[in-house]
Amino acid sequence: MDKVNIELVVNGRSVAAEVPLRATLADGLRDYLRLTGTHIGCEHGVCGACTVIVNGEAVRSCLMLAVQADGAEVTTVEGLGAPGDFGPLQAAFHKHHALQCGFCTPGILTTLHALLSKEPDASEDRIRDVVSGNLCRCTGYISIVAAALDARRAYLKESH
Amino acid sequence: MEALTNPKDGGQYMGQPIARIEDARLLTGTATFVDDLIVPGMLHAAVLRSSVAHGTIEKIDSTAAMALDGVHAIYTAADVGDDIPLIPIRLAPLPEFQAFRQPVIARDKVRYVGEPIAIVIAESRAVAEDALELIDLEISSLEAVADISAASAAQGEACLFDQPSGNLAVRYFSAMGDANAAFERAAYVRTERFSMHRQTPLPMETRGLLAQWDADTAHLRVIGAAKVPFFNRKTLANMLGLDPSQVDLIEVDVGGGFGVRGEFYPEDFLVPFASRKLCRPVKWIEDRREHLMATNHSREMHCELSMACTREGHILGIRGRIEADMGAYIRTNGGVVPAKAAQFLPGPYRIRDIALEVQAYVTNKTPVGTYRGPGRFEANFFRERLLDMVAVDLGIDRAEIRRRNLISEDQLPWDAGRLVPYETRAAFDSGDYPQALARCLEEIGWADKQHLQGALVGGRYHGLGIGCFVESGGAGPRENAKIQIASDGSIIVSVGSSMLGQGLETVQAQIAADVLSVPIERIRVLHGSTTLLHEGFGTYHSRGVVMGGSAVLDAAKRLKEMLIEAASDHLGRPNVELVLKDGRVEIAGGDGVDFATLAASTSLTADGSFSNTVRTYSYGSHAAHVAVDPRTGIVSLLDYVAVEDVGRVMNPLIVHGQAIGALVQGLGGVFLDHLIYDSEGQLLNGSLADYLVPTATDFPQIRAVTLELKPSPSNPLGAKGAGEGGIVPVAAATANAIAAALVPMGVTIRDMPLSPARLWKSIQEATTVTHES
Amino acid sequence: MKLPSFAYARPTSVEGAIHHLVEGGGEARLIAGGQSLLPMMAFRLLRPSMLVDIGAIEELKTITVERDVIRIGALVRWCELERNQVLMEKLPLLPAGIAHVAHYQIRNRGTVGGSLAHNDPAAEMPTLAIVCDAEIVVVGPAGSRVAPAREILSEALSPAIEFDEMIVAVQFKPWTSSKRWGFSEISRRRGDFAIAGIALHYELDAEAKMMDVHVAVFGAAEVPQRLREVENLLEGRLIGSNLIMEASARVSSIVDPPEDIHASADYRRALAGVLFERALREAASR
Repeated sequence: MDKVNIELVVNGRSVAAEVPLRATLADGLRDYLRLTGTHIGCEHGVCGACTVIVNGEAVRSCLMLAVQADGAEVTTVEGLGAPGDFGPLQAAFHKHHALQCGFCTPGILTTLHALLSKEPDASEDRIRDVVSGNLCRCTGYISIVAAALDARRAYLKESH
Repeated sequence: MEALTNPKDGGQYMGQPIARIEDARLLTGTATFVDDLIVPGMLHAAVLRSSVAHGTIEKIDSTAAMALDGVHAIYTAADVGDDIPLIPIRLAPLPEFQAFRQPVIARDKVRYVGEPIAIVIAESRAVAEDALELIDLEISSLEAVADISAASAAQGEACLFDQPSGNLAVRYFSAMGDANAAFERAAYVRTERFSMHRQTPLPMETRGLLAQWDADTAHLRVIGAAKVPFFNRKTLANMLGLDPSQVDLIEVDVGGGFGVRGEFYPEDFLVPFASRKLCRPVKWIEDRREHLMATNHSREMHCELSMACTREGHILGIRGRIEADMGAYIRTNGGVVPAKAAQFLPGPYRIRDIALEVQAYVTNKTPVGTYRGPGRFEANFFRERLLDMVAVDLGIDRAEIRRRNLISEDQLPWDAGRLVPYETRAAFDSGDYPQALARCLEEIGWADKQHLQGALVGGRYHGLGIGCFVESGGAGPRENAKIQIASDGSIIVSVGSSMLGQGLETVQAQIAADVLSVPIERIRVLHGSTTLLHEGFGTYHSRGVVMGGSAVLDAAKRLKEMLIEAASDHLGRPNVELVLKDGRVEIAGGDGVDFATLAASTSLTADGSFSNTVRTYSYGSHAAHVAVDPRTGIVSLLDYVAVEDVGRVMNPLIVHGQAIGALVQGLGGVFLDHLIYDSEGQLLNGSLADYLVPTATDFPQIRAVTLELKPSPSNPLGAKGAGEGGIVPVAAATANAIAAALVPMGVTIRDMPLSPARLWKSIQEATTVTHES
Repeated sequence: MKLPSFAYARPTSVEGAIHHLVEGGGEARLIAGGQSLLPMMAFRLLRPSMLVDIGAIEELKTITVERDVIRIGALVRWCELERNQVLMEKLPLLPAGIAHVAHYQIRNRGTVGGSLAHNDPAAEMPTLAIVCDAEIVVVGPAGSRVAPAREILSEALSPAIEFDEMIVAVQFKPWTSSKRWGFSEISRRRGDFAIAGIALHYELDAEAKMMDVHVAVFGAAEVPQRLREVENLLEGRLIGSNLIMEASARVSSIVDPPEDIHASADYRRALAGVLFERALREAASR
């Protein structure tokens, strides 16, 4: 099996791994770096469950090869906060019941974190538009948008 | 709605919007879904599936595939043995269905695209998929039937099974009262034919299993169970010639179910079988392409429905015939889907004369199972559409005709007859159906917006529609729970309920916390796995709170008694003087002893159970306001209100989440979700680019109102099932609104889905006809 | 849906990339954003022997503007296009059309060159290149050539470039302020492929007549195409309700749309007319 060595920074930590050449970034994170918070929902770039942040931008990790992340800075859901130490988005999702089964949730959290970090003044329409790239079968999205608007405050404060 | 992180009234949890305990791990990427697990020595499976809808297997040659580096084994029917196990029917096991059961692997024949033919075990999933491509498979095609009419007309090779009834798996009649008499005396009768299309719930996590056979202990452990782990354990043990005590089915975190995850599928045998043959752990994770063709489909059926009425619109009787497309095999859900469709045709209305016929056909498509509100989503659409047509014919306001027919409070409990052959008599327990309708109409602004019905505003036709429903929940027979005080004083609740993301962990914890007067943080809930309890039943038919919650309540009450008894000994005081408070047993306001101390000297474990032979009945009304662009067929949902009385709400946050989630899933089932087959039985939606489900921009204008008007009399919580009522009337209300909007265009809505292309076509056909006449 | 095996290279120059294509003898494929390529590989519809990752070729990542030419490098991403001030001023149809492409995460990776090389008939970029008379710069072992987009993109999913050539840039003529333009498409949900779409522009002369009219349809055609008959109908005329209706009817009658599970040919035909009307009204209102 063709393997390749990659080095990257994930959630602020430098890591190295030997991964199959044909592994996607999603598989690389999950199986080799054992960061299983990022989930695989379709493997063809539609559902968004696999979204992570690469060099500041939200990307579908199933549509990126692990080798393409060599040298990159990656943030996954694990980097947004821990149990008992939620980041503002996680706290808002908890407060607004913006998740049920939780399978799509990491991809939505990273998407929103990327968006609000760049656009802390994002309007509700903009938020909805961006989240339209992530499928959720449980919540119906209303609470997700409400949580995002709530968390926005923390990002606005941060940007000032 | 926002969660409460600090409850009011010092420790009262039930009824409060408590933030979920599941969230801590789900929000931080520290949950455990089955694909997150890697164990030493683990191998990966991939399934070779038929790409032919109906055919005879001529050859399976795995030589080249086995030679691929990294491939450990390839199993076909030949490896399973002479007797290929058949998947048993768990629900609605009518004897006629036995001949239509699915073998766990195809041997001579394949009957649907996606049917498993072989399983490859390799070092990685990627290599296993490489191997699939090298298997030399020859299937000679047989004539395929891809819809109900082809199936019913089929002869000879187009019959899937060698049965005298051809492709008709079952046909039965059920009745209540005397429909013939009702129809004879009726001043008005209307008959229509409706259809509902094929859909699938599409949970965001696909199916997956990790099976580990330990040859030393002759023990099998399968992770990835859901919904009905205890039934599946028994089934699997049986198939493998093991005693159930040798098999554990473990439930971890689950990414949604909606009815389709957790039933016994071919892979539920094949993966453990492979593990046992190889004495290695084997993991199989379904990919999305497979999921669309291998996981249960649902909802596809026709209905011919007749309503007999007085001139004032009082329904005297109904006659309904359901023709259901069951796919290639009758699987674990038996005939539930069409049986429930027939049963719920009368709905929440005062109808005593009913005649029903159910026909279930096999076709060369993916087998059918239950999907949230099975049969009801369909039945409500059929009946509410017909009721609107009747209202228009008779010149009666569509809300008013419902008021005239809704079962009134003083008529409850309502005898709903014995309309399902394998079930006992049903009775709608409690409710105020007219009040729920009134609230719904008030919320949507029905009276104020009547001038918009069929009105052309800014190039779009407006319409408002209603859908009323009654929905069963809390299916029996029983559920079990066990609560234990651990040595550190924490409380471990084990319950037979399966948890698929609905928030049941939190609700069960709320119940236990209230009875035991402890902060909810001290409670840990274990669920689903067969290792937890001697017997369990699972989560389906909206029974998680009613049955599981009531079992937890029972166990908690018993444990409370045990705690008081133990404390009485410890403190030397009589029981009556002792109360539970904050994890201690104390003399009111005085001395006490904490749970941990008591647990050190006494075993503090209580078993609880709740049995039920009757179901709970939630009910309500939905209303939709739409604007239809006749030039494009595109419908804008301007407003949608869902109103449901669930008896008693354990956690408003969770119930509201279910209501909104179900509503959006239902709207998908009206406009987007649609599994499309060609006449050869080929599934044309092979990916999520072509099987469409709602996104955040599709339906933003929706709201749900939950009522607690009439508790259920049949369980100590007073709760009624709340997971499915939110979806069941969505097609009805929305289609009625669209129909109202398109009255000026002469369009009659009878068939689903209402995608823009289909609606546009209906408009074209109607206006062409109008033109010609 | 794990990917089939492939070899991998990540050249830092166009020459390096071409070299790998030549060596691959037609079996090697370039990967840019991978947003179209990787899904096809996941379904095993494509199995390149080698993926030549051009993501490190910096010279392909820029948008350069000279007086007469706006040159967009093949690796410019949608998210960069949509925020580019010069384009919004000098070629506003481009950011307007690009706003419909896919979703946020895909827009962070998908590239102009990748879209043109894929040439999906329901995609926006090939249509925009055709309707704006863009030229595509192609480099191969023999050197560089420039060809009109309408020639390169004449066949769906199969651009007219050799196996050992690569698209390095697409060039547009900047617009003047007398340009009027409109873009309208319909898809099942936000970000889905267009069922039908219209992109159009014209010059408004001193007498408010429409000159140099360009109208292209996509989604409702096998491959994006200019609607010459409709352009001729509008050429030199003043815009007005009757003309809009006439032209819109003409659009519906001349398009030859494909059928699929999402829409019939008839439905696409009707949509093409409606979208044309919307796009033209939008153009007229500027």
